[in-house]
Amino acid sequence: MQVSFILLSLAAIGALAFVTARHRAIASVGGDARRLHSLPIYYGLNGSIMALVPALALLVAWMLVQPLFLDGAIRSDLSDSVLPEGSAMGLVVSDVRRVAEGLESGPLAQSFIAGDFADATPEEVGRMLVRGGTALGAPLTRPVLDAAMEYRTTSRTLRWIMGIAVLAVAVIGAAVAIHRSEGSYRARNVVETGMLGLLMVSASIAILTTLGIVMSMLFETANFFSQYPFTRFFFNTTWQPSFSGRGGASELGILPLLWGTLYISLIALIVAVPIGLFSAIYLSEYAGRAFRSVAKPTIEILAGIPTIVYGLFALITVGPLLRDAIASPLGLGNSASSVMTAGLVMGIMLIPFVSSLSDDIINAVPQAMRDGSLGLGATKSETIRMVIVPAALPGIVGAVLLAASRAIGETMIVVLGAGAAARLDLNPFEAMTTVTVKIVSQLTGDTDFNSPETLVAFALGLTLFVITLGLNVLALFIVRKYREQYE
Amino acid sequence: MTDATAPGAVPSGAGQGSLLARDTRTAKRNAAEGRFKIYGLVAVCIGIAALIVLLTSILTSGLSAFRQTTIDMQVTLDEERLDPSGARDYDEMARVTTFGYAPLLRDGLQATIAAAGIEADLDPGDAMDLISDESIAQLRNRVLDNPDLVGQTIDLTVLASGRIDGFYKGRVSYASAELDSNVSPEQLRLAEALEERGALRTGLDWRFLTAPDASDTRPEAAGLGVAILGSAYMMLIVLVLALPIGVAASIYLEEFAPQNRWTDLIEVNISNLAAVPSIVFGILGLAIFINFAGLPQSAPIVGGLVLTLMTLPTIIIATRAALKAVPPSIRDAALGLGASKMQSVFHHVLPLAMPGILTGTIIGLAQALGETAPLLLIGMVAFVREYPDTPLDGGFFDPATALPVQVFNWTQRSDPAFVERASGAIIVLLAFLLLMNLTAVFLRRRFERRW
Repeated sequence: MQVSFILLSLAAIGALAFVTARHRAIASVGGDARRLHSLPIYYGLNGSIMALVPALALLVAWMLVQPLFLDGAIRSDLSDSVLPEGSAMGLVVSDVRRVAEGLESGPLAQSFIAGDFADATPEEVGRMLVRGGTALGAPLTRPVLDAAMEYRTTSRTLRWIMGIAVLAVAVIGAAVAIHRSEGSYRARNVVETGMLGLLMVSASIAILTTLGIVMSMLFETANFFSQYPFTRFFFNTTWQPSFSGRGGASELGILPLLWGTLYISLIALIVAVPIGLFSAIYLSEYAGRAFRSVAKPTIEILAGIPTIVYGLFALITVGPLLRDAIASPLGLGNSASSVMTAGLVMGIMLIPFVSSLSDDIINAVPQAMRDGSLGLGATKSETIRMVIVPAALPGIVGAVLLAASRAIGETMIVVLGAGAAARLDLNPFEAMTTVTVKIVSQLTGDTDFNSPETLVAFALGLTLFVITLGLNVLALFIVRKYREQYE
Repeated sequence: MTDATAPGAVPSGAGQGSLLARDTRTAKRNAAEGRFKIYGLVAVCIGIAALIVLLTSILTSGLSAFRQTTIDMQVTLDEERLDPSGARDYDEMARVTTFGYAPLLRDGLQATIAAAGIEADLDPGDAMDLISDESIAQLRNRVLDNPDLVGQTIDLTVLASGRIDGFYKGRVSYASAELDSNVSPEQLRLAEALEERGALRTGLDWRFLTAPDASDTRPEAAGLGVAILGSAYMMLIVLVLALPIGVAASIYLEEFAPQNRWTDLIEVNISNLAAVPSIVFGILGLAIFINFAGLPQSAPIVGGLVLTLMTLPTIIIATRAALKAVPPSIRDAALGLGASKMQSVFHHVLPLAMPGILTGTIIGLAQALGETAPLLLIGMVAFVREYPDTPLDGGFFDPATALPVQVFNWTQRSDPAFVERASGAIIVLLAFLLLMNLTAVFLRRRFERRW
């Protein structure tokens, strides 16, 4: 049974339940809607909700559980002996799944139902499948084909059972709701409780997302550390993944990547913090209304530009310029992508971030403190340096920390501007690489999900997540603590 | 006796002269004041200058992507070559590959050169290099779609090859052609001669916006069609999912949530998700949607789901601000007239907050449109030439790319002509962003109410 057919049937049942429940409620009070407990629409809504919500929940749960169940079934069907040399169980399982899908939906589907290929060899079937648009990881073998046939029958049966179960739940729900729709039934309260539940579920998606992030990375990271010792990951100073030789040949030390990340972020902050801070001070303390109303939005445009644009800017303009104007003449290096390129461009990206956060914080300093200082004869700049900045300091530190977390997690600028060579070096005109660059390069392209070279990306991701989360929490803590002082 | 009158309390550096004359210390302080002010002004100017340099650099290298060099010629579609059987049968005609079509274009070009009276000392094969390989494939597709053309002589406008195109956009010169194995000065001279006779021209060409991507050796034919469609599909998914979920979550948190641990947990999670690096969402998408749920790689549905999760915090924060801005008196009045809490929210508060919610949603969508890193991890960087189907035919599950990812893809190619394409794609992306942000500003100006 097709999912789209099930969904359409559910929609029909829901609509029918709405009309019938509403009608029955009005009929139960002799057509006088004033004698109902709730407005008629609530009886209808009650009918739809009772029909659809449990049925949809069942459908979603079933579709999540069924693949897991079927994978388990395939794994127990296939003994280890059928594994081709050097291939992993996961690959064979996905092959089985693809073959089954090819048999189900490809051009072969009709003839298979007729049983025409009962005595065709697996190789022939495989060729026909490939012609039908199915990609196969390895030549089709008899056990895989058998498992695929088995998979196909089981999943068809399960689909039918699922369809019937879901529709039955919908019909039962609708029937119960229609049966209850009488004048004294408190339909509005029921509907509103249901809606509140939906609102709460929506709000909880944020928790689910965090959970999903943490769980997915934790599982794969654990998987990685079972293949690669974590002391070598954290303390090794070389990064040299080998994609040809599997296993131990790779050196996957995080230190060079962390060094590149921190070095680039440091340069970015050295650029962004003074410029951002001075802009914020000038715009909030000195600038006239007209200048401010032009300059502030202009600088904030920088925050709305996607990072890929900055990346391209680094690649085609800043990188070659730095190389030709500074690095090459001074003999510091001849690579267009360098720590300096990425750091400078990232610094530009962070200017509006620092300036608008600092602007808020400077504006939050009470006017009385300015007046007091000016009244004692201090100049404006003395007031700013001696009174306002110290008072705003915790907030500014928070803003800088937030900017740092942004810089550490930034991807596209460093992918295009920093280079791909992992090295521990002090020369800012050398190409270096970062944690995010390596996550991208290890996870794009053809990857085998069981090699440490791929799984390391999840460990890198988790490290990144922990560092940025720590910085954010610290920053929010400082900002919040500061805010309370003047409120 | 107070300190003020004590003679020793007078600071040694000040008060010696008249109040009307500036002493050195005041001058120093005033100079410091002036310097400080200039630092601030310089900082603001650096920020604005950075923006201007950034935009001009992208515009100057990208605007030429919208212009294209083309060659007009007449091509005789020889029946002998294209359909020897004469039956106009699709399968028969499809057997003639692009190698069968190339001589037709070559002859057509030679005829054009001869008709223009140009004496070129190039052999026909080298002259043929003026024409993009993609044009041959386009001619073949055109004939296959419309078999009646066989045997006729048609007017054809074909794309010039990447180097010739580059010659008219300043990337290629006679000097560089000497060193380049892909183009020779003779070919450039021929191109100039053709241009003088009006057979070759460079003009506006919207194919950049509609054509699909092309292979590494044909930068002149690469377009954004698939990427724009993919981005549009993803924005549709984000809008359909993130707006209702975000609004529902905000209503719960703002209007109904009790003060308890669960609510605190949700709040902390939302503010943290807003600051999680975008690439982490890509890892989530790869692990959950592709590896666990088995959704296809490179599909707009996966990209849409990942971007939805990323956009939710933005929408929730904006929606909560909009709900907060609706004065409590509206709620009280509704409740006083006998509405339930739920009715007061859905019938009164939500409609009043709608402009603010839409503004926030558009800004969230604009962020999602420019996001690149998570899409790289879910395989959207693949080379996709086929347009995805319409959403009703399952187009959300077809492979596609997205605008920012297409930019990244082009930067990874070796031919410098792709830099122009990438910058052109950025211009398109920025144009969309500008449009969305202007809509948001308009909505805010037009509909926002202040109480």
